Amino acid sequence: MSSTDAEGYIAQEPDYLGAGHTVRSWLLTTDHKRIGILYLVTLLFFFLIGGAAATFIRLELATPPGDLVTADTYNRLFTLHGVIMVWFFLVPAVPSTLGNFLLPLAIGARDMAFPKLNLLSWYINLVGGLLALAALLLGGVDTGWTFYTPYSSLYSNSYVTLAALGVFIAGFSTIATGLNFIVTVHTQRCEGLTWMRLPLFVWALYATSMVIVLATPALAVALAMVVMERVFALGLFDPAQGGDPILFQHIFWFYSHPAVYIMILPGFGVVTEVLTCFSRRKVFGYEAMVFAILGIALFGFFVWGHHMFVSGQSAYASLIFSLLSFLIAIPSAIKVFNWSATLYGGHITFEASMLYALGFIGLFTLGGLTGLFLASVPIDVHMHDTYFVTAHFHYIMVGGMVSAFFAGLHFWWPKITGRMYSELWARLAALLMFLGFNFTFFPQFILGYMGMPRRYHSYPDEFEMWNVLSSAGAVILAVAYLMPFVYLGLSVYRGRRAGDNPWQARGLEWQTASPPPRENFGPLPVVTREPYDYHRSDEEPSAREGDLDFPNRSDTETR
Amino acid sequence: MNWSITPAQASTQAVAFDQLFWTMVGFSLCVVTLVGLLIFVFSLRFRARTGVPRKTVATLESRRVEIFWTAATAFFAIFFFWYTSTVSLDAVEAPPDAMEYHVEAKQWMWKTRHPSGVREINAMHVPTGRPVTVFLNSQDVIHSFYVPAFRIKKDVVPGRTSTVWFEATEPGTYPLFCTEYCGTNHAVMTGEVTVMEPAAYARWLETRAEGETLAAEGARLFTSAGCSGCHAEASDVHAPPLTGLFGRDIPLEDGRTVTADAAYIRDAILLPERDVAAGYAPIMPNFTGILEDGEVEALVAYIRTLALEGEGR
Repeated sequence: MSSTDAEGYIAQEPDYLGAGHTVRSWLLTTDHKRIGILYLVTLLFFFLIGGAAATFIRLELATPPGDLVTADTYNRLFTLHGVIMVWFFLVPAVPSTLGNFLLPLAIGARDMAFPKLNLLSWYINLVGGLLALAALLLGGVDTGWTFYTPYSSLYSNSYVTLAALGVFIAGFSTIATGLNFIVTVHTQRCEGLTWMRLPLFVWALYATSMVIVLATPALAVALAMVVMERVFALGLFDPAQGGDPILFQHIFWFYSHPAVYIMILPGFGVVTEVLTCFSRRKVFGYEAMVFAILGIALFGFFVWGHHMFVSGQSAYASLIFSLLSFLIAIPSAIKVFNWSATLYGGHITFEASMLYALGFIGLFTLGGLTGLFLASVPIDVHMHDTYFVTAHFHYIMVGGMVSAFFAGLHFWWPKITGRMYSELWARLAALLMFLGFNFTFFPQFILGYMGMPRRYHSYPDEFEMWNVLSSAGAVILAVAYLMPFVYLGLSVYRGRRAGDNPWQARGLEWQTASPPPRENFGPLPVVTREPYDYHRSDEEPSAREGDLDFPNRSDTETR
Repeated sequence: MNWSITPAQASTQAVAFDQLFWTMVGFSLCVVTLVGLLIFVFSLRFRARTGVPRKTVATLESRRVEIFWTAATAFFAIFFFWYTSTVSLDAVEAPPDAMEYHVEAKQWMWKTRHPSGVREINAMHVPTGRPVTVFLNSQDVIHSFYVPAFRIKKDVVPGRTSTVWFEATEPGTYPLFCTEYCGTNHAVMTGEVTVMEPAAYARWLETRAEGETLAAEGARLFTSAGCSGCHAEASDVHAPPLTGLFGRDIPLEDGRTVTADAAYIRDAILLPERDVAAGYAPIMPNFTGILEDGEVEALVAYIRTLALEGEGR
């Protein structure tokens, strides 16, 4: 145990990466860290497919006439983009990759509560994804990711059944992961780690898992009903047989609005970890942050009707949903203000993941504020199903969640791989992503206000200007998304060794080796302090005093 | 290329909408500026610099600060809810003297019918200064009737009649879009709404061939589809009389009471066994599959006119 390698590091027990090099050792692993990596691989694969579809959409919309692809192809492209990005990228993005990898580490456990179920959920996800891909390769689906009836159940001549089945099956994978997280948080916390000492990342994953377990069955019901109607002509949504097409929207949004929070809550957690670390500061208002997360998770179940203001739902129902949607803005605003206040009195450095996290706050604020527009009934009547809505949810999901995902990926990359990436390129990518994102999606707010409907293959000339801008921005965004593939990829082979704790962060996951050993820890840690212990209120912090020559910091880790 | 970002403002609702919209834009700008400033100023002031020790700061009284911004956000959330809701409640009901247009949506076409019976495809002519109620029906999937210049939108759902109303103010030609994705040619399911001064509208109507009004078509169907066999006043069959029926409260066989609105009459034709009026045997045949969607609407329109006659109008 005392031998050191050429760079002066103590040789350690084989880490989780070195624990086996065969394909079998990966495909049959029950190590949550390896499963996290498996998810990362499939996730990036689906991200590239969904991104390619988005590229074609923006290319088509660069000119007013529908001249690049046919209308049917275009409809299949945006459906593919939505289905893949929502269910095979955004929903599993943070929970299944970073969550899987980090949850046991962050609570001082050796693995998940159910390691085999964890592996199974990856296979279920893969089967669901492959079915959805098969639907795509056979000829595509043209219903939009929302599968609205009666179009999806009676009129669409595309592979709706297969795609719905794929999403249905993938739902079981998220439920299994959610269940696993809940039980893990309840039973596997290390000594001294009380609920109010949990990092907010763990709280966010916990709340997300609750929403997943409670909401996903509604999606399964909605999709099963569509398939029943298509295959057995049950007449659930067919008015000619006494069915009600609107019923589908109620069930679908009862899942899909909470699903929005499934997609954003983990991002809240990631951003809190990153912000506190790089401002060397306790999070401002820890308890308020916990209750905001739980409040958002709970209230998220009662606002689904705001997707249906123009569907013919009663005006009074619309008003109640409108009020609840306004109220959910309160915990969201608390979070934004608390993050800003966390910076106060900090000792701030601007590493790449910090830039992503700061970008997240800005984009999430804009996305949240435009949500207020859509929560008010008269404004939504004009904006509903226009590009304003498209821009709004892209600000939350892409601007918010994808920024948070990249913030987390950069923050924990040294932990996951044991290597450092090029900080310069990473910062450049973060800035480019922020610029490219706004360039792409801000013009869409204007398009929506002007009245351009969503899901239009061609459009009148008056919308051309802003569509051209949006497509131009998408080019920048695409470059920014591809950059991390290169420098992160290179870092695995050529990156400097990171050391156990290159950011001097306080989470439990940083108290073990990078990459962590199979069993995560030697002796399990014992927690005696609050999280985000970057300074004591009565003490001058010393962790990184004046320490800005960042690349060499891991020297301190050399033993 | 066109740099203008404001859509034409051509209805009374558009004026109210724009006022609301720009108020919210103003509020949002304030919030974005506030958050942006907080982040920017803190980032600058508290950035770590080589050789400069960490700044000591007065501790924030976090509980007070939190209560302050929670209360402030709650105030604004409820204020904006109240502010926007009053506008939406005012716009629920169309004024009683509104002109009645009927619009039939199908993949991928809008068929419109004027109060006088004049028909158009993917076009609609309306006068200024008169409220217009549009009765919307779909023959197939869900569509959505959207005129950005009027700031109005309503989903057109198969199996039910939706209504939306507006009062046009500015003469001109404005685009009509379908905003609920409806299949292959969704993007070209568009049309034009032409707003004219009342005098010009009257002249335009005269140049059009007189069409059959929806109620007249319903009256014809009432006989040809066999309704009159039972429901005509001279009939021997014990069936509810329809004169003056529309809008009344009807006691049902099972003790409930329903209002005889368009949805009820529609259901009574297509699902007669569901809500049987008190005192009548459930003998009415089911017309599902026999009448087309548009024909049911015509019958409903005819039965409405029977009620108006009953009131002596």
